[in-house]
Amino acid sequence: MVETGHFALVLAFALSLVQTLVPLFGARLNNQRLMAVGGPVAVTGFALTALSFAALASAYASSDFSVASVWENSHSLQPLIYKITGTWGNHEGSMLLWVLILTFFGALVAAFGSNLPATLRANVLAVQGAIGAAFFLFILATSNPFIRLNPAPIEGRDLNPILQDLGLAIHPPFLYLGYVGFSICFSFSVAALIEGRIDASWARWVRPWTLVAWMFLTGGIAMGSYWAYYELGWGGFWFWDPVENASFMPWLAGTALLHSAIVMEKRSALKIWTLLLAILTFSLSLLGTFLVRSGVLTSVHAFATDPTRGVFILCILTLFIGGSLALFALRASRLTAGGLFHPISREGALVLNNLFLTTATATVLVGTLYPLAVEAFSADKISVGAPFFNLTFGPLMVPLLLVVPFGPLLAWKRGDVFAVAQRLMVAFAAALLATLVTALFIDGASVFAALGVGLAVWLILGALTDLAVKSGFGNVAAGIMVRRLLGLPRSVFGTAFAHLGLGLTTLGIVGTLCFGTEKILSMHAGETVELSGHTLRFVGLYPAQGPNYAEDRGRFELIGVSGSPVGEISSAKRFYPVRQMTTTESGIRTIGFSQLYISLGDEGKDGSVVVRLWWKPLVTLIWGGGLMMMAGAAMSLMDRRLRVGAPSRRRKQASAVTSAGLP
Amino acid sequence: MTRKQKRLSVIAGGLAFLGAATGLTFYALGQKASYFYMPADLTTASVQPGQRIRLGGLVEKGTIQRGQGATVGFSVTDTHKSVKVTYTGILPDLFREEQGVITEGTFGPDGVFVADSVLAKHDERYMPKEVADGLKAKGVWQESKSE
Repeated sequence: MVETGHFALVLAFALSLVQTLVPLFGARLNNQRLMAVGGPVAVTGFALTALSFAALASAYASSDFSVASVWENSHSLQPLIYKITGTWGNHEGSMLLWVLILTFFGALVAAFGSNLPATLRANVLAVQGAIGAAFFLFILATSNPFIRLNPAPIEGRDLNPILQDLGLAIHPPFLYLGYVGFSICFSFSVAALIEGRIDASWARWVRPWTLVAWMFLTGGIAMGSYWAYYELGWGGFWFWDPVENASFMPWLAGTALLHSAIVMEKRSALKIWTLLLAILTFSLSLLGTFLVRSGVLTSVHAFATDPTRGVFILCILTLFIGGSLALFALRASRLTAGGLFHPISREGALVLNNLFLTTATATVLVGTLYPLAVEAFSADKISVGAPFFNLTFGPLMVPLLLVVPFGPLLAWKRGDVFAVAQRLMVAFAAALLATLVTALFIDGASVFAALGVGLAVWLILGALTDLAVKSGFGNVAAGIMVRRLLGLPRSVFGTAFAHLGLGLTTLGIVGTLCFGTEKILSMHAGETVELSGHTLRFVGLYPAQGPNYAEDRGRFELIGVSGSPVGEISSAKRFYPVRQMTTTESGIRTIGFSQLYISLGDEGKDGSVVVRLWWKPLVTLIWGGGLMMMAGAAMSLMDRRLRVGAPSRRRKQASAVTSAGLP
Repeated sequence: MTRKQKRLSVIAGGLAFLGAATGLTFYALGQKASYFYMPADLTTASVQPGQRIRLGGLVEKGTIQRGQGATVGFSVTDTHKSVKVTYTGILPDLFREEQGVITEGTFGPDGVFVADSVLAKHDERYMPKEVADGLKAKGVWQESKSE
């Protein structure tokens, strides 16, 4: 089975070369038969990669320690679920997942792209094949997951304990679906540059792919953030760690792309910019892959530090980013610019969004790469952390968030900012009220905290105002309004949901950062502690045995108003003997949208235990807002005009009728 | 305003915005980036009390003192020099004697380094990269420590 997987991987590499060359020449020579090769090859390549991945997963599931990758990252005592998720919890396996998703998207273009112009489809598949070829070669040459060990070891070295978690099962696949989903936008852009023209079908195709990729990337980042929050036991949801930034940069650029693609689709303006943004977004995905996989950065994600891998990915990076940007420089002038618009208009608002988001992306990029650059050019070692990003990223986000509610309410081409402001009066008044109430009635609220709450309320109500205005709230009878609301295009709901999600995330961040409380103390069994109105009693420390670890579980009781326990929270110190590694399992109890968070420290000589407690108000909204954004993207995808397949089927029937009518 | 003037003012506004963002970024890099030192570097580098730095090295054997409550004192060493550090909070799971750590914080007026974060290596196999490189540069790196 393992050799079958290995063989399938080599075959998939060979096919990706065919997929690159044949359709590309077919498109140049305008040869239909050569171009038609791309589709079946892409689908077969995906099937082979899937077979290869299944082979590796089965080696992991059956603990086949004769495979080096399984031996290094698995253990026979691990629960089956973590044996399987361990397939991508290591460098080799995660790269295989990367190409699996890449070929999956290629196969989707092949399967659903029958209504695309033949040359565009051929070129897209060729570019997709080229990316695949580079990464297949990378895997086979430097990170082959199928290398055997002889003699086979009896027992494996266990998966890194902090990766033995359900969050890990979902986080990387989602993140990769996002990262790699942008490869389609990239391929479409490069294909458009090769052809030297962008037509209507280009925009219609790029937007849904951007939405899909963005949706998964949002989910992946939110998932990763929650995983770090509960698994690392530090109580933080975002650390501005370079590895987090590596996924955040494509998200910011992708968000900009999402918005500029709307302008391009609706108004056929900003064509060249959208194309460049698509290239940049995937370039940042590649850069993210490089930063995480090359071992340039030390973190949980840098599974191994092998310089050949770093150099190899750097070559891939240079080839694709350099190549596509060079092609852009050569060909962009051939593309025709689109419609004009007034600065105060929907287009203008979206340009402003793009300006802020790309600048924010650039600051994150500088902050992430600056320490590497300093270390390369001097002996100094520096780190750039939260203080830098708070000072640069923060000021860029605040004005952007302030204008978000205006965007969807402005008209295309030429908007009336005063009319929009009038419609937003209620939202503005409510936001102001929220600010004042927070400042006056909540103890310890700073001016920033109050303004933050106001901003979040402004975003949430702004999103709802959009729906209210578009359904004629206040102007028509309730029945008609409901009917109008339900009749609104799905994409209007998508926008409102995504912006609402943004508001919720903002509220969660402000709540946690500004109103959260924290206590560090050493406790004996039986002692109680009070935190922001919640009373906790430390019951004691109880040893327990897990499948591949031993743990000391600290049990806490939440004491209700009556003085009797209303719930239990437990936090544990786990020891994994195979890796000689200790981890902290945080104890979390959700109360409304807020959480009590307990992290266990060391045991003292006198039997007391160091305990760190947090009260995190509204913290779940941070990720809840992310889910809301995903829902918005899903809603937009269901919009009628994005159902790419639908018009083609109708057209085919129509053409079948006309051809039947001909003699 | 004519069309041309309008367009120019939009472009000028955009450039001014980008300029401001660039300026802010470089200002923030100068102010907020924290430098990494090993204990022996501190004799040559001038670090003011209150200046935020990262201090890395090995936790010196026999120096871990658990005081009242959650405050811990220990020394960070690069085998040439060592620096006293205090930290209030929960130490990372992998914190132990003779292991690599990175602490971040400021020097108090008494010359004790007050850390507000302590990072140990994430995994048994690795040493924080800065610490490993620093030890190599000082010639006290032992290969056995990397495994």
